Amino acid sequence: MRRNIMDLMLLLGDEAIAQGAMDAGLSGVYAYPGTPSTEITEYIQRSKQAKEKKVHSEWSVNEKTAMEEALGMSYAGKRAMVCMKHVGLNVAADAFVNSAITGANGGLLVVVADDPSMHSSQNEQDSRYYGKFAMIPVLEPSDQQEAYDMAYNGFELSEKYETPVLLRITTRLAHSRGAVYRKDLLEENILKLPENMTQYVLLPAIARIQYKKLIDKQQEINTSSEGSAYNYFFDAPDKQRGVIACGITINYLRELYDHGEAPYPVLKIGQYPAPVDKVKMMIGSCAEVLLLEEGYPFLEEMLNTPYMPQAKIKGRLSGDLPRTGELNPDLIAQALGMELSPTRAPSILVKGRPPSMCAGCTHIEVYNELNAALIQYGKGRVFSDIGCYTLGALPPYNAINSCVDMGASITMAKGAADAGLKPAVAVIGDSTFTHSGMTGLMDAIYENSPITIIISDNRTTAMTGGQTSLATGKLDEVCIGLGVGPDHVHTFEPSPKNRQEVINIIEKELAYEGLSVIIPVRECVQTAKKHKKQNIKKEVAS
Amino acid sequence: MKMDIILAGVGGQGILSVAAAIGYAAINEGLHIKQAEVHGMSQRGGVVQSHFRISDQPIYSELIPLGKADMILSLEPMEALRYLPYLGETGWLISNEKPMVNIVDYPDADALYTSIRQVENHVLLDTDKLARKVGTAKASNMALLGAASAHLPLKEKSLEKGIRQLFKAKGEKIMEMNINAFIAGRSLALEKDAV
Ligand SMILES: Cc1ncc(C[n+]2csc(CCOP(=O)(O)OP(=O)(O)O)c2C)c(N)n1
Repeated sequence: MRRNIMDLMLLLGDEAIAQGAMDAGLSGVYAYPGTPSTEITEYIQRSKQAKEKKVHSEWSVNEKTAMEEALGMSYAGKRAMVCMKHVGLNVAADAFVNSAITGANGGLLVVVADDPSMHSSQNEQDSRYYGKFAMIPVLEPSDQQEAYDMAYNGFELSEKYETPVLLRITTRLAHSRGAVYRKDLLEENILKLPENMTQYVLLPAIARIQYKKLIDKQQEINTSSEGSAYNYFFDAPDKQRGVIACGITINYLRELYDHGEAPYPVLKIGQYPAPVDKVKMMIGSCAEVLLLEEGYPFLEEMLNTPYMPQAKIKGRLSGDLPRTGELNPDLIAQALGMELSPTRAPSILVKGRPPSMCAGCTHIEVYNELNAALIQYGKGRVFSDIGCYTLGALPPYNAINSCVDMGASITMAKGAADAGLKPAVAVIGDSTFTHSGMTGLMDAIYENSPITIIISDNRTTAMTGGQTSLATGKLDEVCIGLGVGPDHVHTFEPSPKNRQEVINIIEKELAYEGLSVIIPVRECVQTAKKHKKQNIKKEVAS
Repeated sequence: MKMDIILAGVGGQGILSVAAAIGYAAINEGLHIKQAEVHGMSQRGGVVQSHFRISDQPIYSELIPLGKADMILSLEPMEALRYLPYLGETGWLISNEKPMVNIVDYPDADALYTSIRQVENHVLLDTDKLARKVGTAKASNMALLGAASAHLPLKEKSLEKGIRQLFKAKGEKIMEMNINAFIAGRSLALEKDAV
């Protein structure tokens, strides 16, 4: 194919996926924000191409609803993509695993961004296990071009095997920019119901048939990996060693050699299940094999198990590479026994610059008030959640005692109250509340649990860059509608001016032997700045 | 030709715009680039950093190996030193001298300057002040790019064109202010070199 420089785009890995999906005739993207996956959906939301084609791109309330909405679009015959960060797949897991059993009608691409080194996450779980668990093809790009190509071809693969396809990326690829050449623009699929009208009805009798079908597809899925253009072999004369490089790690390896050519045989993997014949050939022909994988030692664990140890397999388990964290060219050079360049000593003057809440942030006001109201009870009773307000764990606030997974503040407070911790407090953000707080709230409503819930509403999903928050401004109605007693729902704008009044409200509700919800509402200072700018622009324009 | 640059700064300073301007310029000259960004917590005053690689040959790794960077370009003096182990023996350390103090244990600024001056090839200048002179301190990032431009493998004209591409959407006035900041940074750095 001739490539024209005019067709070249300079895209983040995330953006390349978005562009690839759109060019392949995407009809809808479904997602809940989460670093480092957010920019995929945001790119589509900004795209003129998507607007013209009316591609769905509104945010979903959480990853499970996103996954199900995408499955519904696939049911109707259209191509759908769902995007999330790795922990989002835990939330979507029920729908995800079962979507492999129902199968896909229109192409269904599940994009999951893992975060090795935990740049902005609470763990570094490896989504390839989920793909294996669900028994579906998994793609892992090594650069922006492959990210584009895999998104583009992923739908075809999904339609061919009638299963969802998992596209796994990591932070480094998601947030690096590189050149991308586009392919021909495809038309959207037409609305077309599945031929088998019962395959999505997972009653045990049908599910057994569907599950058998999924198992029967495995042979073909393996064959597809074996011949995949994303898995390729570079032969080389020195068989003292071979290297298997998954995803982005191939770049770090090639960096170490002139013209990117290693003296050892190299197997690059971009489609899983990893091609059995090719892997076997590497192990059979090389004296030892080094495995390069971002995330967990997923493939290494299959080749070198504690029950049948294989000394010739090297990687994260053997200690040749670190067990945790992201890889880089230096770590790989070390594992290969290469000499590193001399380096300058790190400066002892340099200090960390931990993120902190912005000056004027509404959460700061809320924590000052909550801390004051809690003085009489002592520390250790505030369960919190994930968002900018989690930074309240740091000094000088030291205001919260937990942050586990989205929504866990309310339910953990309830469990602690059930155990006798009174009062127990939950602090949760508006977006986190609609993501997974509402369901837990139902438990507390049903038992009128003696907990005080603070929904600190900054009118946005701030932590991930200010995306729409689906119920901001009407959280009191939502809570009352679900069944919280209206006398114990308080909404107000917190400020230094009404601080004493607010402390009094919190104190009163802490003393109350039942469920209360306190909703301080004030816009995030970052989005407020953005809105001000937009308003000035509008005024200038009108 | 190959040039590996570490771009450094603090959230909100606009270091990623410097990356974008260099990116446009390199693409305009038909070069290969790869750029890794660390986003994440940047909005909240955290560290922002980018590995930027330019070459006339294909580039493999998105990350620069330790001791291999040809330049550290920083909008903040402590951030400039954070990446010292990446800087190659003959590499350039180019930094704004205005500290961004948002932590309690921020080091003594003079000690930072002394450390920066220990790097043989360094440029240390107040790009905030330079930018303010031509209109707005917000263009400090483009003044810094100007200061670095003589040591980049890119033509002055392509960099200027890159800046125009970057700020096109923001209107003529903002675009010109940024171009002027770039020119001011470039002239001052050339003067300093001459001394
Ligand atoms: C399951 C899951 N999905 C997404 C994320 C990413 N994430 C972390 S915090 C956050 C937003 C929180 O918004 P909100 O509750 O409104 O609090 P704010 O940051 O605005 O204070 C998101 C989307 C996550 N950590 N876990």
